[in-house]
Amino acid sequence: MTRRFMFDGQPVAFEDGQTIMEAARAAGHFIPYLCWHPDFPPHGSCKLCIVKVGGRHVSSCALPAKEGMEVESNTPEINAERRALLQMLFVEGNHFCPSCEKSGNCQLQALAYELEMTSARFNHIFPDRPVDASHPDMLLEFNRCIFCELCVRASRDVDKKSVFSLTNRGIHKHLVVSAESGRLGDTDFSRDDLAANICPVGVILRKRVGFAVPIGQRIYDEKPISQVSMEAEK
Amino acid sequence: MTRPKLRIATTSLAGCFGCHMSFLDIDEHLFELVELVEFDRSPLTDIKHCGPCDIGLIEGGVCNAENVHVLREFRNNCKTLIAVGACAINGGLPAQRNHLELGACLREVYEFRDGLSGGQVPNDPELPLLLDKVHPIHEVVRVDYFIPGCPPSGPTIWKFLSDLIAGRTPRLTHSLMHFD
Repeated sequence: MTRRFMFDGQPVAFEDGQTIMEAARAAGHFIPYLCWHPDFPPHGSCKLCIVKVGGRHVSSCALPAKEGMEVESNTPEINAERRALLQMLFVEGNHFCPSCEKSGNCQLQALAYELEMTSARFNHIFPDRPVDASHPDMLLEFNRCIFCELCVRASRDVDKKSVFSLTNRGIHKHLVVSAESGRLGDTDFSRDDLAANICPVGVILRKRVGFAVPIGQRIYDEKPISQVSMEAEK
Repeated sequence: MTRPKLRIATTSLAGCFGCHMSFLDIDEHLFELVELVEFDRSPLTDIKHCGPCDIGLIEGGVCNAENVHVLREFRNNCKTLIAVGACAINGGLPAQRNHLELGACLREVYEFRDGLSGGQVPNDPELPLLLDKVHPIHEVVRVDYFIPGCPPSGPTIWKFLSDLIAGRTPRLTHSLMHFD
């Protein structure tokens, strides 16, 4: 017999070992996320995928589904909390969308659209994070980093190069390049690495292709992320 | 019985007037709008100070002392204050000087720029003093609504204003919601 849990009042079937995220997506339900990726184990750091199970907040990317669970996801309460998380990410970095090459293809921005975030609400920190343009093919724009560690994981686990890592804690946390000089140009990083093509925001950018697709005709200009993300599932 | 017209005031602080241009891009809706509202202080009327208003539209962030005064005048006079565009919402392009030291920034522009010799940083007492950082307007006064975009498109501004004027909660659908 198929086992099921309730997702926003609808039955969702799952198999042993599937997380709430995986089962919900297989059943066609979108849950917002930034650090989750289908090809990597759950990371559980962005907390955008929080859902409420039995009155408790859990990361749906990490919690295995259980028979009879009652999961709340697309509710005004949870979405307001997700919006607050996005707002904190926006004020922590320097996210100037109009001058960003990733605008329209950026998952952070697309989720802000999805969750109807019209302002960052909090006071902006305006951190000072110089860019690294030392690599011949790639540009590092640290101002937009959201610490999802997808580049760290891809470079370490897939590319086997460990080019990136996060250092420090809390508000001092930042992305660093594993080279004595700290510069990307002094690593064996290549534009064909998975890590070069996995950034959900506009940190790791390819040089000389900027604005090849005009603003207004990009992925999330055409369709909301809830739709784009679920098309990949099919 | 005709409804009394709503009063709207608009201004541009540290902005480029692009949001005002976009406001004019509502095109023929301007005819509908002037049936419903009249303009108080605005670059469109050239009225210099804001009286009691129903709606205040603020373009641009806060980069100098005069911006602070104007913004407070709007907040004191407008029942509903709306941040229009990226600069009013997060500081936008002008805020990209925020990680630089202001004095160094001014010297770079007025003293060291190529082709300039003997230039000096302007210090006329009539010039408003610059703030050390550019701030979004919600960091200075309470803001009721935000219309994102650089600039928000004409249809976005019209959807928002027409909702608000009709007494509906303004809401931007996906195609009208842009940060760029």
